[in-house]
Amino acid sequence: MRIPILKLGKYLLISIQVELDDQTAIQFQEDLLNRIHQEGSQGIVIDLTSVDMIDSYIAKVIGDVVKMSNLMGAKVVLTGIQPAVAITLVEMGVSLNEVHTALDLEQGLETLQQELEG
Amino acid sequence: MRTQPSVEVGTEWGIVSARQAGRELAKEVGFNNVDQARIATAISELARNIYLYTENGVIELEVVEKDALKGMKIIARDDGPGIENIRDVMEDGYSSSGGLGAGLPGVKRLLDEFDIESELGNGTVISTIKWLR
Ligand SMILES: Nc1ncnc2c1ncn2[C@@H]1O[C@H](COP(=O)(O)OP(=O)(O)OP(=O)(O)O)[C@@H](O)[C@H]1O
Ligand SMILES: [Mg+2]
Repeated sequence: MRIPILKLGKYLLISIQVELDDQTAIQFQEDLLNRIHQEGSQGIVIDLTSVDMIDSYIAKVIGDVVKMSNLMGAKVVLTGIQPAVAITLVEMGVSLNEVHTALDLEQGLETLQQELEG
Repeated sequence: MRTQPSVEVGTEWGIVSARQAGRELAKEVGFNNVDQARIATAISELARNIYLYTENGVIELEVVEKDALKGMKIIARDDGPGIENIRDVMEDGYSSSGGLGAGLPGVKRLLDEFDIESELGNGTVISTIKWLR
């Protein structure tokens, strides 16, 4: 299973709609970094609206891909984290520190625009 | 009381099957959305530990009743290497695998009852319950 990465102008847009097993998560990490490199993308929105569970492993993969993207010079915004997911992440003690978030896709794109274009 | 068939966790697909089975049963029992996520996350952590640290093991799911309380019991059972120092692994941030070390202490916080029995060389049984409120 591969997660589709869409190009929207200067940005990359990913909406995670599948059950995130380990293999899919790692494949996504690689695919996204390669796309950033190919397209020279400076902004990425990862939409998690359909994700109903994030465990510590998946949290680590997501946190890592944000750090890796930052290293390459791209900004990532996570959007649409469900209430139940936010609650379990905090209770688990998993903090997605220094990760930009926004309520939904639209606001995520706005956040990127402000960050990148001032 | 109803016992679900246990889910084998030999591969990483077992992790997904176990947490899906858990969410389904949680829904049936009547847990709300947030508790379903807590239960699915806890199962995912326990199953991933089996996958990472043992050759194989199972996740057993069971509906339990005590007095007027109804709940869901989740047992993770393996015959792996066992855990030498349980106090260490229950600390936030302790990991032998470069993980976040959030798994076991996190599971304890997500659920209501948490019991761990482990014998070096003989395996580990982690027994947990989430009560319906
Ligand atoms: N079933 C098991 N058998 C043997 N050792 C285990 C088992 N479960 C956990 N452990 C040991 O306990 C440690 C802590 O487990 P825990 O799930 O809390 O963190 P982790 O798996 O290392 O990282 P994370 O779950 O955050 O990705 C593990 O690193 C491992 O050494
Ligand atoms: Mg773990």
